[in-house]
Amino acid sequence: MTASTINSEKLEGWNRPPVIEPDGEGELLEVAMGPHHPSTHGVFRMDVALDGERVIRLKPVFGYLHRNHEKIAEGASYLASMPYTDRLDYFCSLTNNWAYALAVEKLVGQEVPERAEYIRVILAELTRIQNHASAIGFLIQEMGASGTPLMYAFKEREKILDLFESLTGSRMMCNYMRFGGCRVDVSAAWLDAARKVVAGLPSFIDEFENLLSGNEILMARCQGIGILRPDLAVNAGVTGPMLRGSGVNYDIRKVDHYGIYDRFKFRVPLGDHWDVYDRYMVRVLEMRESITILNQALKEIPGGPIMDPKAKIRGFRPKPGEAYGRIEAPKGELGFYLISDGGPNPYRYRVRPPSLINLTVLEDMCLGSNVADVVLIFGSVDIVLGEVDR
Amino acid sequence: MLGEGILKGMAETARNFAGSFVSKERLTTVEYPEQRIAPVENARVFPFLVYDTENWEAGMRCVACQICEKECPPKCIYIEKSKDKKPDAVGKQQFYPTRFDIDISVCMSCQICVEVCPFEAIKMDTEFELATDDRFGGLLLDRRQLSKSNEYYHQIHPTEAANVDARLAAEKVKADAKATAATVASAVKGAERPAPPTGAGD
Amino acid sequence: MMTVEEIKAAILEAIPGAGVEIVTNPSPSGQHSLRLAPGHAVEVARFLRDDAALELDFLSNVTGVDWPDKEITEKVQVTRTVTKTVDGVDQQVEETVEEPRKRVEPGYLEAVYHLFSITRKHGPVVLRMRTANRSDQVELPSVTSIWRSAEFQEREIFDLYGIVFTGHPDLRRLLMWEGFKDHPMRRDYVDPDDYEYEPTPHDAVRARAAAHTAGIQSPAQEGTGAAQ
Repeated sequence: MTASTINSEKLEGWNRPPVIEPDGEGELLEVAMGPHHPSTHGVFRMDVALDGERVIRLKPVFGYLHRNHEKIAEGASYLASMPYTDRLDYFCSLTNNWAYALAVEKLVGQEVPERAEYIRVILAELTRIQNHASAIGFLIQEMGASGTPLMYAFKEREKILDLFESLTGSRMMCNYMRFGGCRVDVSAAWLDAARKVVAGLPSFIDEFENLLSGNEILMARCQGIGILRPDLAVNAGVTGPMLRGSGVNYDIRKVDHYGIYDRFKFRVPLGDHWDVYDRYMVRVLEMRESITILNQALKEIPGGPIMDPKAKIRGFRPKPGEAYGRIEAPKGELGFYLISDGGPNPYRYRVRPPSLINLTVLEDMCLGSNVADVVLIFGSVDIVLGEVDR
Repeated sequence: MLGEGILKGMAETARNFAGSFVSKERLTTVEYPEQRIAPVENARVFPFLVYDTENWEAGMRCVACQICEKECPPKCIYIEKSKDKKPDAVGKQQFYPTRFDIDISVCMSCQICVEVCPFEAIKMDTEFELATDDRFGGLLLDRRQLSKSNEYYHQIHPTEAANVDARLAAEKVKADAKATAATVASAVKGAERPAPPTGAGD
Repeated sequence: MMTVEEIKAAILEAIPGAGVEIVTNPSPSGQHSLRLAPGHAVEVARFLRDDAALELDFLSNVTGVDWPDKEITEKVQVTRTVTKTVDGVDQQVEETVEEPRKRVEPGYLEAVYHLFSITRKHGPVVLRMRTANRSDQVELPSVTSIWRSAEFQEREIFDLYGIVFTGHPDLRRLLMWEGFKDHPMRRDYVDPDDYEYEPTPHDAVRARAAAHTAGIQSPAQEGTGAAQ
């Protein structure tokens, strides 16, 4: 292993990764899991040192998909960065757009009309559902289920992507939010189609749960592994379903009151056992809560403009200053930190990637468990390399 | 009973398997390329230049203002402006692009060029079967390959094209009204002097 | 949630002599920051995390920023003795003139921290730390021992900006490969000239591509053919 060993004395005792002593004698087997690997959610490498089946050392290595998005943004205007944000977490392009639009709106103090806020919530919750379904599907595929639950999830996801395509023009790279609202208005026909899709979602989740939640193989493999203590999760900056799977009640939709989430009644599922199975269940329950929010939003959406008429598209020059805006993306807290120097391009553009920061505790969770569990624990973190590497 | 969860799951898959023979809902595979899904109206793939009338060169709406070139995020558009002018749809003399290249291997289909064009000259096409074996030249579309007629635009985006036509017609009416008002005003002002030529119908 | 002034007062009360100053943020976001001197930074960080009123237990974001050297031209009053003829007699007279003088204000690298509290659900509290310059004095204390989430983010700043975080348990490059020299996110980074065919070159790229493709035309054909 080329990496230097972690100098753990520099961390406080309780948040140091555990030191595992190898059982047998002889050398440890050093394996590079990745970057070409069917289960690593992208080009991602883990240098593991094994004693038989047990993991003694684990070091994640990434940067294979580094496109220096932050430097491109320094050379491009604020609007031109919007399509690049689609490509950060490429499963959830609309929430990436919203996070960036929110940060810019905070920077200039821009108001967003009510109808645009409703549209943003509807699209974000649809994104959350299709992301969680895919994440669970990929987790089960890594367990060896050869794609059947994944294809069930993708069947529903296709319906949601069709909605995105008829509204924004593209299935995944939507480029839809603008600073001060949305790009095009939703038609009544689109809202009806959305209502039909949402009406079919509860039975899909029931089918999904029938297939998976009681499955003995899944329970045997997922319960009791990848335990993440809540105090370590908070200290390591973990957010999203991983944090709530460890029992910490922190959902940015409820804490920051961004957008109009205050108007919707929804619950926040929390995990009791802090393991992989809990994170899986938190995602399933969050899908159900998203359906609740969608039903309310689709019923209450008002008329009106979708864009502040005074908002500028071209020649947008915010005054000097800085702002940090964050949202509850499906993977965690996605934040954008912008420093403006008064010019048309941002001076500093920083993406706070939830996937990267959630990986801080990968080592802690995996040490001491089997190699097969490493794949599952890693799948339960739910990362996208586009976001980790930017 | 041990295995109950697995059996419940298998019943689910069996239901889907058997159901795929009887209900369209459960059979979701579309066997491309023999079967194709109808394209959605709003879909966007790569840009194209719209031209009115029959002649693609004379009827091109683009006036080489180069706004799309500046706003394009990956800078895939390359425009060279002409030295002379030619009349546009309302009769005004405008520049035109002598070269308008889009490198579609760079283009990321973000549609910002369409959003910022003030002349409704560039729109998004829906054709995606553009594979070629010429890695450099085959993916660099020049203005000849990019120009497609307004009828084609109506075919692929009927609602959008109708709106654009309505907008352009309204602008033309306004421009004509302004020109006639200008002629009348100057005719009233100087009775001996001949009226200046109107802009329309050059 | 306390304002920046209150937080500064609380810090100075707990750790007297800590270098804390307020940096105002002119934008409507109202997120003002506290600039910490590197000397007491780790103590201040521990206080912010453990204090009962603040409980900032969640470090959300660590950002690196590069502020390059600035050349400033300013007018300076210069007093000089010159020889002047007064009433036919050469005398030494003192003369004050204004001269433009150039000086270089040294740049620095900056690390910005965004803190929130999960227990108390408030935030953000923004901290900043600056290095002395951009070339040889680029150390800052690491806060990984206080908040573990800084582990990867400080590694990324080390990789992309070059700030060396002393006390970091495992400081090596994160996104770039081992053995890579230079720091890509700095403002004066010049990317290597590995030329790739660029059919639609713009601005700086065009200047560079011209050196490689001198005389080569774009293969686009000008069509004078019939309409479609």
